[in-house]
Amino acid sequence: MSTEYTFPDNAARSAAAADAPEFETEKLTINMGPSHPSTHGVLRLLLELDGETVTRCDPVIGYLHRGDEKIAENMTYNQFVPYTDRLDYLSPLANNVAYAIAVERLAHLEVPPRCQAIRALICEMARISSHLLGLGVYAMDTGAMTVFLYTFTEREKLYTLFEELTGARFTTSYTRIGGLARDIPEGWLGRVARFCDGVLPVVDEIDALLTRNRIFLDRTEGIGVISKEDAIAWGLTGPNLRASGVPLDLRKDKPYCGYENYEFDVPVGTKGDCYDRYLVRLEEIRQSVRIIRQIIANMPDGPWYAEDAKKIFAPPTDKILTSMEELIQNFMLVTEGPQMPAGEVYFEAENPKGALGFYIISRGGGVPYRLKIRAPSFCSLSILPKVAVGCMVADLSAILGSLDFVMGECDR
Amino acid sequence: MNATDILIRFGLGLIVIVVVMTVCMYSVLAERKVSSWIQGRLGPNRTSIPLLGNIPVIGRFLTRLGVFQPLADGGKFLFKEDVIPAHVNKVYFVLAPVIAFVPALVTISVVPFGAYIDAATGAARTVILANVDVGILLIFAVASLGVYAIILSGWASNSKYPFLGGVRASAQMISYELSMTLAVLPVFIWVNAPGTPGTLSLVRVVEAQADWWFVLTQPVAAVVFIIAIFAETNRLPFDMPESETDLVGGYHTEYSSFKFGFFFVGEYANMTVGACVIALLFFGGWHPLPFVTWGDIAAWTGLPVNVGALGAVLAVGTFAAKVLFFLFFFIWVRWTVPRFRYDQVMRIGWRGLLPVAIANLVIYAILIALLERAGA
Repeated sequence: MSTEYTFPDNAARSAAAADAPEFETEKLTINMGPSHPSTHGVLRLLLELDGETVTRCDPVIGYLHRGDEKIAENMTYNQFVPYTDRLDYLSPLANNVAYAIAVERLAHLEVPPRCQAIRALICEMARISSHLLGLGVYAMDTGAMTVFLYTFTEREKLYTLFEELTGARFTTSYTRIGGLARDIPEGWLGRVARFCDGVLPVVDEIDALLTRNRIFLDRTEGIGVISKEDAIAWGLTGPNLRASGVPLDLRKDKPYCGYENYEFDVPVGTKGDCYDRYLVRLEEIRQSVRIIRQIIANMPDGPWYAEDAKKIFAPPTDKILTSMEELIQNFMLVTEGPQMPAGEVYFEAENPKGALGFYIISRGGGVPYRLKIRAPSFCSLSILPKVAVGCMVADLSAILGSLDFVMGECDR
Repeated sequence: MNATDILIRFGLGLIVIVVVMTVCMYSVLAERKVSSWIQGRLGPNRTSIPLLGNIPVIGRFLTRLGVFQPLADGGKFLFKEDVIPAHVNKVYFVLAPVIAFVPALVTISVVPFGAYIDAATGAARTVILANVDVGILLIFAVASLGVYAIILSGWASNSKYPFLGGVRASAQMISYELSMTLAVLPVFIWVNAPGTPGTLSLVRVVEAQADWWFVLTQPVAAVVFIIAIFAETNRLPFDMPESETDLVGGYHTEYSSFKFGFFFVGEYANMTVGACVIALLFFGGWHPLPFVTWGDIAAWTGLPVNVGALGAVLAVGTFAAKVLFFLFFFIWVRWTVPRFRYDQVMRIGWRGLLPVAIANLVIYAILIALLERAGA
């Protein structure tokens, strides 16, 4: 039996060494979320890491799925208004308005100028509220906790104004099909103007804290770059799209609520990185303040609901019990809902997070046959697997913060 | 050494531990109060103790100040359930928090707190637990053990987030230790001029700063050192290992109850030691002002402000004020700036701080040599 052993020569050994990796490495699969501070709600990211570098990122969504679209098929048009609060729950007022306009387009209702002005006003307030939170949380994701508290303080003031207007701070349900739940309270516009005066210095302060901050620049510049083509191809809308250099703003391009009467600029980014998305949101707050001031200066008088909408609104309670007409109307509204003509309508509004669309198919009657919601957050999130690859774990929180999505809307 | 001596030493050690623990507890309160002050909030202002809190005016004032909050925080850590997950390596898992906490307490024993002149003998005395000759070396050696706490906790937790935190922390702390040590060398080159007995004692460093504080003569070293201390204590903007928003706490994710409390307090103990060392090395220790020592003040005013108990209290008070200022500085920075990314931290350490520290060392070595040549 031979015990001979051949020693490999140097050439063979070095060749073998070149082939074999220096270390045995394996990729780390890690779950980020569904409950994680930087996933903002219940998003789960299935990450594959090579050290700190992300090699694959699969967003797993649906943890907040409530079947809003199916729910809509089982209730009257009026009843669905509170459900719209819970889409993008950071700007419920804007959702209310978008839904109301969609149904009004279906019913061919024209709302009076005062109603339009109030709607535009609350949309812009919702935008400020949403962007304040978006920026604050984004800053917190990069480690600047204080900015978050500053923006929250301002948001608190906005919520007080919302409470005064709608009776609720969070789930406002303010619009009605063909109008609003109630007129604006006495002296409220003055308080909104005062809020606008107060929010600008805070925006300037955020500007001073972050815009030229070396660390913040290091964390956001050139991170999560979304090219113009990609942004369009993935269906991004709102600030995320504009940061990539596409000047699409539905308030300018397809005006609703009388936005054509107000002067404002649409901030557009150049590179489409996290930093641009931050800058665009910051500027949009200033532009919203500009719009609000114009609305307040030119607030029209008159009714705050369409005359035709009286058949959609619930009649006054005292009348129901004393007058036959109102009793019948109430009965019909509760049992069958507001009668809509058959048809299809798609309306999308420029919400803080992007274009929120409602596609309604009606076969007549008080219940939509099908209601589809186009959620901007869903589209913003869909680009994540592309942007996240190659970045580091810490970049993910910056990217997630900069995309500013809301799971309530994404999962619906 | 007889039994009384040992008892006295033991008692002194106990006092220092109690003082440091109290400072740590109240640094946590300071963190919460200063952050709320920076952020326009109120901070902790409800916690009260039955008898103390009911004293008419003072009790209410103290409650509003949040003075009782640390007790509640500590109590919470004590009474919460101490979960040891099934998948951990138990020995290292339990050992890690201890290692996080002990080095900070050990290092404090060689930190001099002040100096005074003994009224009876006229000799200079130092307020210090153990005046070892290797002073700063001992501090660095023991403090660098702290990294084991993080590596061990990250590894023993046997879980992915702590693991990432542990990896980050070990890389970061080892990298910054280099710049930190190199930044300190010029100071000791200066202190150990030829003809003087060579020493690494911190007392001598403070004595050498009677006129010029080293922050004035060696500002670059001071800046490098302070930045490195931030990284060593894992404070924002270098709090990679914890980085709440991506690692959810990092290495201490799996810890609960008092073990977490150890990590938590250990961080503040490290901060306290760091603040002490900054004050001693670069900011004149217990000298009240540059070019002014308590001895000078005593000479000008004729009051015995550097003698006996009064001298000791004033010196320690001055030193404590500086330490508290740097603790405040740590907190202040944390609530002002965002956080670096892990690779950026490493880049700053290796490509930024280390070359600067080396250049600084070389330049000062040459400069000091030239000065001494000229002097001789």
